Amino acid sequence: MQKKTLQKWVRLVLVLCAAGLVLVLFVPMWRIDLAAPQYPEGLMLLIYPNNIGGNVDIINGLNHYIGMKTLHTADFMEFTVLPYIIAVFAALFVITAIAGKRKLLNSLFILFVGFGILAMYDFWRWEFNYGHNLNPDAAIIVPGMAYQPPLIGYKQLLNFGAYSMPDIGGWIFIGVGVLLFLCVIATWRNSKKIR
Amino acid sequence: MKKTTFNVLVIAVVAILLSLQSCKPKNAGNAVSSDAAVKAYVAPGKYDLFYNFVSGGFSGQLATYGLPSGRLLRVIPVFSVDPEKGWGYSEETKPMLNTSHGFVPWDDLHHTELSQTNGEIDGRWVFGNANNTPRVARIDLTTFRTQEIIELPNSAGNHSSPFITENTEYVVAGTRFSVPPDDKNGDVPINSYKQNFKGTISFISVGKEDGKMDIAFQIQCPGVNFDLSHAGKGKSHGWFFFSCYNTEQANTLLEVNASQKDKDFIMAVNWKKAEEYLKAGKGRKQAVRYAHNVYSDKTHSATSEIKTEVTVLDSKELKDICYFMPCPKSPHGCDVDPTGEYIVGSGKLAALIPVFSFDKMTKAIAAKDFIGDYDGIPIIKYESALYGEVQKPGLGPLHTEFDGKGNAYTTFFVSSEVVKWNIKDLKVMDRVPTYYSVGHLCIPGGDSKKPNAKYLIAYNKITKDRYLPTGPELAQSAQLYDISGDKMQLILDFPTIGEPHYAQAVSADLIKGKSLKFFKIEENANPFVSKGEGETKVVRTGNKVDVYMTCIRSHFSPDNIEGIKMGDEVYFHITNLEQDWDVPHGFAIKGANTAELLIMPGETQTLKWTAEKVGMFPFYCTDFCSALHQEMQGYLRVSPAGSNVPLLFSTGKNYPVADSETKK
Repeated sequence: MQKKTLQKWVRLVLVLCAAGLVLVLFVPMWRIDLAAPQYPEGLMLLIYPNNIGGNVDIINGLNHYIGMKTLHTADFMEFTVLPYIIAVFAALFVITAIAGKRKLLNSLFILFVGFGILAMYDFWRWEFNYGHNLNPDAAIIVPGMAYQPPLIGYKQLLNFGAYSMPDIGGWIFIGVGVLLFLCVIATWRNSKKIR
Repeated sequence: MKKTTFNVLVIAVVAILLSLQSCKPKNAGNAVSSDAAVKAYVAPGKYDLFYNFVSGGFSGQLATYGLPSGRLLRVIPVFSVDPEKGWGYSEETKPMLNTSHGFVPWDDLHHTELSQTNGEIDGRWVFGNANNTPRVARIDLTTFRTQEIIELPNSAGNHSSPFITENTEYVVAGTRFSVPPDDKNGDVPINSYKQNFKGTISFISVGKEDGKMDIAFQIQCPGVNFDLSHAGKGKSHGWFFFSCYNTEQANTLLEVNASQKDKDFIMAVNWKKAEEYLKAGKGRKQAVRYAHNVYSDKTHSATSEIKTEVTVLDSKELKDICYFMPCPKSPHGCDVDPTGEYIVGSGKLAALIPVFSFDKMTKAIAAKDFIGDYDGIPIIKYESALYGEVQKPGLGPLHTEFDGKGNAYTTFFVSSEVVKWNIKDLKVMDRVPTYYSVGHLCIPGGDSKKPNAKYLIAYNKITKDRYLPTGPELAQSAQLYDISGDKMQLILDFPTIGEPHYAQAVSADLIKGKSLKFFKIEENANPFVSKGEGETKVVRTGNKVDVYMTCIRSHFSPDNIEGIKMGDEVYFHITNLEQDWDVPHGFAIKGANTAELLIMPGETQTLKWTAEKVGMFPFYCTDFCSALHQEMQGYLRVSPAGSNVPLLFSTGKNYPVADSETKK
């Protein structure tokens, strides 16, 4: 019985993670920074759980030259479901902390990581779509050129350097994932010890 | 054990996450070397090395800067009225802005070009083009004043102008917007563009001694947009090259519709051949109306004449005047290197720079190596005229100039840089960023046979954070580079007036010695001149009053004028009697709805003023001329319309009744 229950500090960490996830609802999760010589002030695209923010209008204005579709929050159903998914995860973390069952912890970990991978794949898919399905009547057509932004890291697109990286919310998500992993490992080692 | 591994794990994870954040490359930094200040500094009391004539774009004027200091020396009024100088407000200068549309107070002085002899800048005149109501202006470089403006018939927009042949035989103009010619019905549906709209190139001859302009002939061309042009030099003298875009012949949403074709053209014009046709009477005389305005420094006044005929050569009919060379992609710059052999096209949307060879082009024409024709004009096979392409130089090439050492310098608007490349090797040698989005560059003599490649100036379109902010509207930025070495070095950053689209620079020695200090009063042939205070008078003819006035430190003569009636049209003809350096006088009168006058020594200028109200109207000198400048004033008395106040004009006589008795 003792093996099946979680240690006190693990439960505390789980509650902390839940709090972190609640915070994610209010801060940007991801950002794409655009740098170009004629934009000394820099441009950025912020992705929140429920909408796109940052210099969306300016970026849409620039994108019309290369024939990229304009970005609008309403075009992505992800923004309607994501806040709920995050809230549900926060609730699950609390439930796991209260119940204290090892099985719940492991299931939560698999679910959380699975969701993370699914989210990144979905993001990549949208980037591919927008970067490749260009308007054939666009003013600037560079043969063979596609404008898919990087998933994570740096990529040069014509005169713009694009940097895609997690923002506060994204870091919290990653942090929660790491903490969850540590909890799982610690709980597994603990269960191995007490024999 | 558990605790340490746990800690190590945490530290490792944190370290990885932090390093991800820092993988964003830092800004390369705008490092300016320490000796830039020395290179750009002109000590107090010393002169700049170069005159830099910079087009004002939407200001309509021509700016004169000194290099390397970047100091603004003078703004020469050309196509826009300038109330400060009375340009377009004084009776003598108003005719300069006359056109077939009437008086036009503003235009867009787009490009500028210095006159040349034997392909070298000779410092006599500088030309400017009006992009809105098509005209070309000639400015004299002894007085730095606009001497002549000629309008262009059959034209709309004038962009590929005012470029000249190597001995200033001709200055050209070319339509930016194709329109139905003046003698055809212009009231046609806009989407009949392909059927009815034509482009027109004008060759304006320039008098060898006096610079007088005259439209020698025009060439009617297909309905494309002409962008920039340059004359052949040396071996290619006799030819002129024009970049064309919108060969798609779109009349709407050109942003998309004129960017569709992979290649547009550079049009090569054999103007020596055109001259032969002209002599042989092959041109068609067309009835048109266009203004020709000339300012004389002897009469200090302008005359405007409406001309009614122009000779047009048809490029379709006269088969061997025009040829098209395919050029990627919506070309802008069309630049000829100092040897006259290489023609560089800069396609705004292209990812390469094509370099054409004059020898190959003439060979291709002789061998009839054509791939078809466009509206009757033969198209030369691209590869047959091409010398080579510079690959991946940058994004958005616009304009190229040369250093005379076999190198070319091209501006890139989108990637905001200037790229130096070797013409023979077609290899990029150096690149420098500009701040931001450079449009045009200038090397002194950079488009002539003998460039003086000490400096390069980049004129940018985006300023943003370059200088202290001044609200939403910012001055355009320019950067000065030292190109005397192998690598380009940024030495100065300075704002410019208006919006430069082109500039010219020449060694100061060529001009500064010829600069006029003042006008000789005995040569003044203005019909309203007063060559001394004894010649001053006030003359009434009906309700028109002519005031013949003089000014000299520190009084006007007359300075008390009575007997003006309400409704009178008063003309103040003021002669500056000074014969010394830098002693101008100004003139302003209360309630004037014209402007002021600034009168140079020996000059006569006229301001029209209407007596709208009864009362007392002071006038004064507006230009601080002397220790007693503040005392340089006068009064004008306006009486009611039917009054019998006698005409009185004097200086130093009209004392109050009591005073005048004691003064006896």
